[in-house]
Amino acid sequence: MALRKEHEIHKRRSGLNKGVGILLGAFVVLVMALTMVKVTSASFKFPDAQGEQN
Amino acid sequence: MSDASINASRAYEDEASFGDYFALLKPRVMSLVVFTALVGLLAAPVGVHPVIGFCAILFIAIGGGASGALNMWWDADIDKVMKRTRGRPIPAGKVEPGEALALGLALSGLSVIMLALAANVFAGAFLAFTIFFYVVVYTMWLKRATPQNIVIGGAAGAFPPVIGWIAATGTMSVEPWLMFLLTFMWTPPHFWALALFMRSDYDDAGVPMLTVTHGRRATRVHILVYTALLAVLAVGTAFSGIGGPLYLAAALVMNALFLHGAWKITRRDEDDSEADNFKVERSFFKLSLLYLFLHFGAILAEALLKPYGLGGW
Repeated sequence: MALRKEHEIHKRRSGLNKGVGILLGAFVVLVMALTMVKVTSASFKFPDAQGEQN
Repeated sequence: MSDASINASRAYEDEASFGDYFALLKPRVMSLVVFTALVGLLAAPVGVHPVIGFCAILFIAIGGGASGALNMWWDADIDKVMKRTRGRPIPAGKVEPGEALALGLALSGLSVIMLALAANVFAGAFLAFTIFFYVVVYTMWLKRATPQNIVIGGAAGAFPPVIGWIAATGTMSVEPWLMFLLTFMWTPPHFWALALFMRSDYDDAGVPMLTVTHGRRATRVHILVYTALLAVLAVGTAFSGIGGPLYLAAALVMNALFLHGAWKITRRDEDDSEADNFKVERSFFKLSLLYLFLHFGAILAEALLKPYGLGGW
């Protein structure tokens, strides 16, 4: 059918969507990695624990 | 084919690809930002966790890219006139100005907040100030108002090593400001050489570059004066906490070459330049790229050799 015919614009839009998808996925992984590093560092303290100490 | 389908087909041809949005971030400028910020981060006397260091450099780069998008949004009218910039996504009709504005603002907010969370609030605040300086002070105000646009505006491109240093240490000291001054003093001769061989571009766009307001002779003299001042600063940096014998050797060689290039530019007149299609000016411009790369590369090498007792004095 004509509507299913692949057009150059479909490839371009697909490239844009995939690019944005990969960037968002990478951002999620990065935030997760950053969180792991922060919470496992020696200087990390939970806010409540800090309050109790005071 | 009906008129409607022809118009629709043309609209599709102009639809932006992923690469067009990426081009809004000025990838070549971003690579300079990444490199100098990385040197600032690694030259700092405090070790940084690799993930935090990676995030800091990434968000500094995104902040630099965001200010590039905001610059393209504001300057779309003059980008359309200049040969060097008319292929950019907005003047080429690929991206709407509003899209560039939205992307620039969104990435500015994201980069500042994420840098503050990943490294420290001081680094995030300094990145915010850098974006403000480049977009508001340079792009919106100075660029079209004064021939000193490149001199003062060059500060925006010189801040990344300072941000990298602050991301690592959380504090400020003299060494990152030496790196700042190196890029700050390097920017005018670099851009004025470009303005000499991109002859009518800035004139056509009405941007008051030194070549337009004070003439080409004065620009050649300015290049020599700034290159001489830069040489003093660059060689003097060798004796600071970020310098060392390797840096001193690189600085002596590169500044001798750079001064020689500036001297040749000053001695030429317009007839000489037009006869060989600005060969000396073009090679000076290329040399300026190598100049900055080698200076920062030497600072990086000194920092990386320090743990083995080799870097520094």
